Amino acid sequence: MDGTLRPALDVGRIRQDFPILSTKVHGKPLVFLDSGASAQKPRAVIDAMREMFETSYANVHRGAYRLSEASTAAYEAAREAVARFLNAGDAREVVFTANSTSAINLVAHSYGRGLLRPGQAVVVTEMEHHANFVPWQMLAQAHGIELRIADVTEAGELDMADLEAKLADGKVGLVAVTHMSNVLGTVTPAARIAALAHAHGAKVLFDGSQAVVHRRVDVRALDADFYVFTGHKLYGPTGIGVLWARMELLDAMPPFLGGGDMISEVTREGFRPAPVPAKFEAGTPAIVEAVGLHAAIDYVTAIGMEAIEAHERSLVDRAMAKLSVIEDLTLIGRAQDRGGVFSFALGNAHAHDLSTLLDRVGIAVRAGRHCAEPLHVRIGHDSTCRASFGLYTTHEEVDFLAEALTSARRFFT
Amino acid sequence: MFDDLRDLYQEVILDHGRKPRNFRRLETADLNARGDNPMCGDRMELFLGMEGDRIADAAFQGRGCAISMASASLMTETVKGKTAEEARGMAARFREMAMTGTCPDCGGALEEEMDRLQALSGVHEYPSRVKCATLAWHTLNTALSGGKEASSE
Repeated sequence: MDGTLRPALDVGRIRQDFPILSTKVHGKPLVFLDSGASAQKPRAVIDAMREMFETSYANVHRGAYRLSEASTAAYEAAREAVARFLNAGDAREVVFTANSTSAINLVAHSYGRGLLRPGQAVVVTEMEHHANFVPWQMLAQAHGIELRIADVTEAGELDMADLEAKLADGKVGLVAVTHMSNVLGTVTPAARIAALAHAHGAKVLFDGSQAVVHRRVDVRALDADFYVFTGHKLYGPTGIGVLWARMELLDAMPPFLGGGDMISEVTREGFRPAPVPAKFEAGTPAIVEAVGLHAAIDYVTAIGMEAIEAHERSLVDRAMAKLSVIEDLTLIGRAQDRGGVFSFALGNAHAHDLSTLLDRVGIAVRAGRHCAEPLHVRIGHDSTCRASFGLYTTHEEVDFLAEALTSARRFFT
Repeated sequence: MFDDLRDLYQEVILDHGRKPRNFRRLETADLNARGDNPMCGDRMELFLGMEGDRIADAAFQGRGCAISMASASLMTETVKGKTAEEARGMAARFREMAMTGTCPDCGGALEEEMDRLQALSGVHEYPSRVKCATLAWHTLNTALSGGKEASSE
């Protein structure tokens, strides 16, 4: 050994797995810093989906013929892969949905209207994505549930004392909180939140849309009750998401959508729902997308979530060092535990003007409120730009962003 | 690094964006409407003081990107003194210009005004930004029709 540290992962090789990364934008190499909105796809995912279409596609759970059996096996193997990925105890606890939004809406309808009682409360936080905010507002309006909003501190962390205060009266039935903020990058102390919720008799749901991409998630170690994520941020396809929940909760919850596949028996008088998880998967599911998600999980697992996390830490350190010295640049959120998502404002330059400039040199960032309007009110910015990293992001790209922002500041002043 | 963006961000746009003209409430407005660009978060309120069918005064308030603020600023300057019909005609031609970069009907009447607005025509190369430029004009049309809420969606 020569004593030098081995790089956490070989980014150069990983980038070759993503065909789109060799694209040019306005004649410049693409610097894709919007993985937090949706990540790019490795060839392994693209190939797995194409191969399924070309060789073994048919509807699942239907026909007693070879193709349908192969298709069903592939779909159920994806469920097993998700269960292993989350360290779930039982693959039947994995319900496939369209995305995180539909998973949370499923819980809000089924658990919210079926098992929460009017007069109970749901707690969310100020830093939620609209997907983990609006479904609870809708539940509050429709079902007499009180919606409580836990504060975020100046540093952009969850105010645990405020969360505890909001749980104190014992009326809270569910705490629904992000595991990693899509705006602030803050990683929330999920295990502590779960313990606090349980101590006050509440269940806990984590929106893991951002977190599963960056960290190893173990739903049993967290002691979660519900955990949701979406495939397309995890280098998988759109149209496939996951609701994981404890078996006893899924068993007790009424079905959400009605239709084919979710029933055991239908008569003129009524129906008996199918057992979990089919109970929550009405209609033909996203079969090929599930297979794509399986390939994505295999892909990140082969690289190793620890290596991905270490790479991301090095990117976060680099970004903090480079961005924090740019004059007039305000970084939003200074959480101790954070992932590779940076929102920022540059002097008086509007986020959309700034993103148009960055696009011109090949840098893709998101501009706006990132589906988190209440948080933007809290932080006092109409809109921000956001750079979010993936496992293919390089230190050179972070440096180039910093250089471009320095130049953009001169452009607008 | 950003030299080729000077077509979009001409000096006149940066200037109006930084120091928008007619940026005030008009307490005695005869017509007013709000404009909202949900995608970008651009928001403005437009005030019109009318003398008969003629726009005697135009002012606005709001927040948004340089393009949307400059467009609103230039619009209030150019529609002042015009009739409602002339202003609507300018709105239609401006929209054409913002979407295509050219304006076949911009010669003739009000040529000088349309010429000033030409500074914003570079936006047509940026599809996601066209709405920023047209928001003020949507809001103007809404106000002239007696409406209160305009959206660029």
